[in-house]
Amino acid sequence: MKSLFVFIGGLVLATLVSAQEVAPDALIKSVSTDVLEIVRKDKDIRNGDSKKAAALVEVKVLPHFNFTHMTQLAMGREWRNASTAQKSVLIDEFRTLLVRTYSKALTEYKNQTIDYKPFVMRPGEAEVKVRTEIKQPSGGKPIQLDYYLEKTSSGWKVFDIEVGGISLVTNYRESFASEIRQGGIDGLIKSLQAKNKSGETAAVKK
Amino acid sequence: MALILVAGLLGGCATSGNPKDSIEGFNRAMFAFNEGLDKAIVKPVATGYDNVLSSPVKTGVTNFFGNIADLFIGINNLLQGKVAAGFGDFGRLAVNSTIGILGVIDVASDIGLEKHEEDFGQTFGRWGVGSGSYVVVPFFGSRTVRDTAGLVLDVAVDPVSNHGHVPTRNTALALRIVSDRANLLPADKVIDEAALDKYSYVRDAYLQRRRSLIYDGNAPREAEPEADLADQQPLVAEAGSAQESVPAQAETVAVEPVVVAQQHLLQTE
Repeated sequence: MKSLFVFIGGLVLATLVSAQEVAPDALIKSVSTDVLEIVRKDKDIRNGDSKKAAALVEVKVLPHFNFTHMTQLAMGREWRNASTAQKSVLIDEFRTLLVRTYSKALTEYKNQTIDYKPFVMRPGEAEVKVRTEIKQPSGGKPIQLDYYLEKTSSGWKVFDIEVGGISLVTNYRESFASEIRQGGIDGLIKSLQAKNKSGETAAVKK
Repeated sequence: MALILVAGLLGGCATSGNPKDSIEGFNRAMFAFNEGLDKAIVKPVATGYDNVLSSPVKTGVTNFFGNIADLFIGINNLLQGKVAAGFGDFGRLAVNSTIGILGVIDVASDIGLEKHEEDFGQTFGRWGVGSGSYVVVPFFGSRTVRDTAGLVLDVAVDPVSNHGHVPTRNTALALRIVSDRANLLPADKVIDEAALDKYSYVRDAYLQRRRSLIYDGNAPREAEPEADLADQQPLVAEAGSAQESVPAQAETVAVEPVVVAQQHLLQTE
């Protein structure tokens, strides 16, 4: 019951956040704070319930992502060779893959805290980088976590995330390219679908 | 030298066409070997270690080895001309070795002396040495040719490997491997979830991570390949302005063990 309340609360909040023009750093901060707050209190997620984590990501995080742009970045120069139909399947499958990865990471949460780095935006900027740092509760070197956002008609949207300097989006570029070399764009789509399916069965087994 | 020879020999049978990974056939075989070793021995031991010991003990072990590593992290910072960072590392070593009880408690981080991450591979990169091809080194994992040379030096001067009392040395080396691996356990699951092809996922993460480390976390975004950006905002401006701060070796990305890359991947999200 409580989790349902949190869930609905999150839904309302997410809508509120996206409804008005929020500065990119404020957006990242409010979404991160909300999500971690929920994960902190949710024993199921912390015990590895990826489905529940995925539902949280779906509601709180996804509205602020531009998956078209993300897919395009991962595809690189192959993007223009894809038909409109292929593009829409690619966006869908890539979205599923990223959500699954993100949700899995949330279930590994262990009381880390987030440090928000100073953010300055020049007037008229349409693309910005918001820097944060993950601090380990046990000490040790903090991990850099940076978000790239672009201005759209529906507010600021994230189009890339870098963890310790590793872009979660462009990291796929080489493997996508090699899938395409082997089986064309449809081959890549098949691989993505198979990957996403295997994830589902693994989740069911649990 | 032998490595370059091997690379040349194997180059002929590689099929990938990826210019950053010219000996992919060899690398995939080594990757499979390392994974097999990990699955059979290292990971089970690390999992046991992780389950049995309490968090403060595990943190103490990590800090103990981290403190020893700070010596050459400092030296590498000095070699790269980062004098303040280098003396910061020596300060960490002094504070943690004494007040921090032989490094077990990381007091230095609490008083604002930041922990860094440096090695000889990064130093060479900073000096402008090109990364060379990607290489999977048996037992050690992802490297580039340059980072393999760095690794040889890292190991040659490693205070733990050079400890005179052999039983102590061997115990310490084993403990360090297990502790490092245990720290990466959560990352495994995330990588398995994310990767379409684990080999290339780990490879590309390593290459990105090394590039980032050479720039101390401030690497410019790599230029976007020209795509049909009609419906997007152009990324070109950003890539262009970043260019100024890029040293000559922009192309020659380099730096860190897969392990570290994995760790970051994992703890990220």
